[in-house]
Amino acid sequence: MGKIFKFQQDVDTDQIIASQYIIFPTIDEMKGHAFESLDPDFASQVQPGDYVVASENFGCGSSREQAPSVLKALGVQAVVAKSFARIFYRNAINIGLPVIVCKDLHDNVNAGDEMELSMQEGVVRVNGKEYACTKLPEYMQGILDQGGLIASLNE
Amino acid sequence: MGMTMAEKIIAAAAGVASVKPGDIHTVELDRLMSNDGTTHLTIDMYNKLKNPRIADVNKLVWIVDHNVPCDSAKTAASHKKMRDFAKEHGIRYYEGEGVCHQVMMEKHVTSGELIFGADSHTCAYGAVGAFGTGVGCTDYLYAMVTGKSWLLVPETLKFNLTGRLNDGVYARDFILSVIGMIGANGANYMAMEFGGEGLKTLDMSDRICICNLCVEAGAKTALMEVDEITLDYLKARGREPKHNFKSDEDAVFTKVYNIDLSTIKPIVAKPHFVDSVVDAKECAGTHIDEAFLGSCNNGRIEDLRVGAKIIRGKKVHPLVRFLVVPASAEVYRQALAEGIIDTFMEAGAIVMNPNCSVCWGSCQGVIGEGETLISTGTRNFKGRAGHKDSFVYLASAATVTASAIKGEITTADVL
Repeated sequence: MGKIFKFQQDVDTDQIIASQYIIFPTIDEMKGHAFESLDPDFASQVQPGDYVVASENFGCGSSREQAPSVLKALGVQAVVAKSFARIFYRNAINIGLPVIVCKDLHDNVNAGDEMELSMQEGVVRVNGKEYACTKLPEYMQGILDQGGLIASLNE
Repeated sequence: MGMTMAEKIIAAAAGVASVKPGDIHTVELDRLMSNDGTTHLTIDMYNKLKNPRIADVNKLVWIVDHNVPCDSAKTAASHKKMRDFAKEHGIRYYEGEGVCHQVMMEKHVTSGELIFGADSHTCAYGAVGAFGTGVGCTDYLYAMVTGKSWLLVPETLKFNLTGRLNDGVYARDFILSVIGMIGANGANYMAMEFGGEGLKTLDMSDRICICNLCVEAGAKTALMEVDEITLDYLKARGREPKHNFKSDEDAVFTKVYNIDLSTIKPIVAKPHFVDSVVDAKECAGTHIDEAFLGSCNNGRIEDLRVGAKIIRGKKVHPLVRFLVVPASAEVYRQALAEGIIDTFMEAGAIVMNPNCSVCWGSCQGVIGEGETLISTGTRNFKGRAGHKDSFVYLASAATVTASAIKGEITTADVL
């Protein structure tokens, strides 16, 4: 079980990690600034295993891979959204951060609700209710399962 | 069944006869562009590989443009890492040459190529009929090591253009209108293809501006039909097309839009979303603190000419900072030769070196709490140009320059 941090539609990658931080030498030095403009307490309150739940077009804008990377570094277990912008979606899979499309979840849950995700079953469970998620195409699930794209370069 | 331009480029890069939307193919990439926004992280990952290697160093182009010249010791460390690595491995490297996409267009990109850029606005390369798409540094590293990547074949939205833009209306107004019409995710995962008689009225600068901004509708890439204007642009720069693909008559488009360019009006995108567009006149009178003319979207010589013509003999409003930033060294020198830099400086503008500047909000010209910027930059997201509680309006070079003179948002026709 993990706690839900809830965001609205069209959350762009500048909000996930602002420009002035992305040139910092390491992801660890950036992660304390995640979602700073939208939820200044996010980085200090999120615990490993927690979830980000969002509406449509999550991660639009800049291609900065620092956006999914800071979420993963903070221990976010998965991002569940109605839809994702393309580059964020691809980057998240490449670094091994699960990104799950679930159309019904966002409107029915609140920040702070406890959630459980089963990627195998393709469902999330919150407040005693079950919501079906869209499964990843096999190719992308394969990248995620091996721990990200770079793992295949080290085989 | 016929194929679209995007499908043909992917098929060629995958070495197969045909592809269709939804297929995933392994493709050979022609070029790999990376800038100082993420290259330091790519290098760190490269150095941790068990068997680090570069498939073909000639495909790589590295460009320092986001924070140039350096503004802090941390930036200097990132740049040094990038510079030293490029030198050690013989990677083509530019620093001070301009904004990455403008440099790529001036020096490298050609029709029919498939290009990964570690920057979302890589879709600009469609102006010459190249499939450019933005990726993160992990994708970039994988492609750098193997020369290849995986690509999901996108559906295509087709935009058939007729007519021509009226005087005082620009390519920026057109593409903002399109983004407003289809929304910030209206082309998510898709290619946006532009063609028709109206395209022939748009010069290369207009075409780059249009393709560059398509990612703001979520597009994977943007593509324009190759014509005489494309071929002349390439020939003048000593390049030949790799392929000259056109969509087949029976190609399948997810949706077709017919747009008469003469119906487009001056547009402004309001804070904090690029699809939050209105008729520029609706924003008339909005106070501004800063104006920015530059970026990979609107920092070319054609844009500077538009601004210079409006501001010649006039002055920047005393309470406004007006930043003029040529998109490349080539543009800067051309502007010097034409007296355009003098014109801006006589008017009181601040002319900067070619770089991304305030468009990405972490180098020069950032705005403070509660301040408002009108910009030819690419984005108006919350905090994009500086303080999280500041405001960015996007508009054409003409509207930005006119607003810099008046101290509030205005179109050039009523200045």
